[in-house]
Amino acid sequence: MLLISCPNCGPRDETEFHYGGQAHVAYPEDPYALNDREWAEYLFYRDNTKGAYAERWVHSTGCRQWFNMLRDTVSYEIQAIYPMGTPAPGTSAQETNAQAPEGASK
Amino acid sequence: MVETAAATASNNGVREARRSPAAHLAGIFEAASLAGVAEIKEIPFRTMAGIRVQRASEAGARIASVSGGLPATCGEVAGNGAVSVLWLGPAEFLVIAPENAHESLGGDLLPALTEALGDGQGQVVDLSANRTVFELSGLRARDVLEKGCSLDLHPRSFKTGTALATEIGHIPVILWKRGDDTFEVLPRASFADYLGRWLVDGMREFASPEVP
Repeated sequence: MLLISCPNCGPRDETEFHYGGQAHVAYPEDPYALNDREWAEYLFYRDNTKGAYAERWVHSTGCRQWFNMLRDTVSYEIQAIYPMGTPAPGTSAQETNAQAPEGASK
Repeated sequence: MVETAAATASNNGVREARRSPAAHLAGIFEAASLAGVAEIKEIPFRTMAGIRVQRASEAGARIASVSGGLPATCGEVAGNGAVSVLWLGPAEFLVIAPENAHESLGGDLLPALTEALGDGQGQVVDLSANRTVFELSGLRARDVLEKGCSLDLHPRSFKTGTALATEIGHIPVILWKRGDDTFEVLPRASFADYLGRWLVDGMREFASPEVP
């Protein structure tokens, strides 16, 4: 079981959290301009990364707040925990601009 | 106390007809308790109000003046006298008061909180029927809880007077340490039967006569 450090509550068991899928999936600027395939790719297609992977988690039985986590999908090592709406550690500002804040995709 | 009497009379016997979520376990709780070692009982019908407000906002300050403060961090409990305010999230709090603080029994806690919020951003919701309270006490109370809770409950880490939202026996609860050996466990009403029986099962080895 993972021991996840909630930014508000400190380290808690993984069972207190829920998984929210890949982080930094930008909402399309103009959804009406997309064809069905592009819309389906936005909705359902996600990276299947081997290694560091940015994902969203919510502390559902604790403070009920969302946060981002950078986790290694091979070793399960938690490399970073950072707030919603901020870029993953190690990404450039250029990449940040290409990614909509998390709130936009809710 | 004329108003109190009037409010009680206007209740039409609702209070007498009310049944707490673990009322049917009272006998089991009594049989499972051993004084000073591990005791469990239900404290039903506490008045509770869920509050969502930004602590730093004006509305937050107004609510804090009614509730006796708003806690700032995880685990902290604010309050004055009989009213306690538990931290549930950065902008989410649970106000807990005795049963007679409810307006159906002549209290004025919820109207006062609602008035304090005014037209500020946030909400005040009557959650009195949402959770029940199990009081678990005795020298082995911590051992009972540790069977199903992964938090560090040692006194050096879990101080008296703090409350944490966590899981006990896979049930989401609020765990509130009221004294050195006294804990209050607040499960939602529908989990009360399961968690009550689960705690009684956990108490069995401590509350049984020792086998030589």
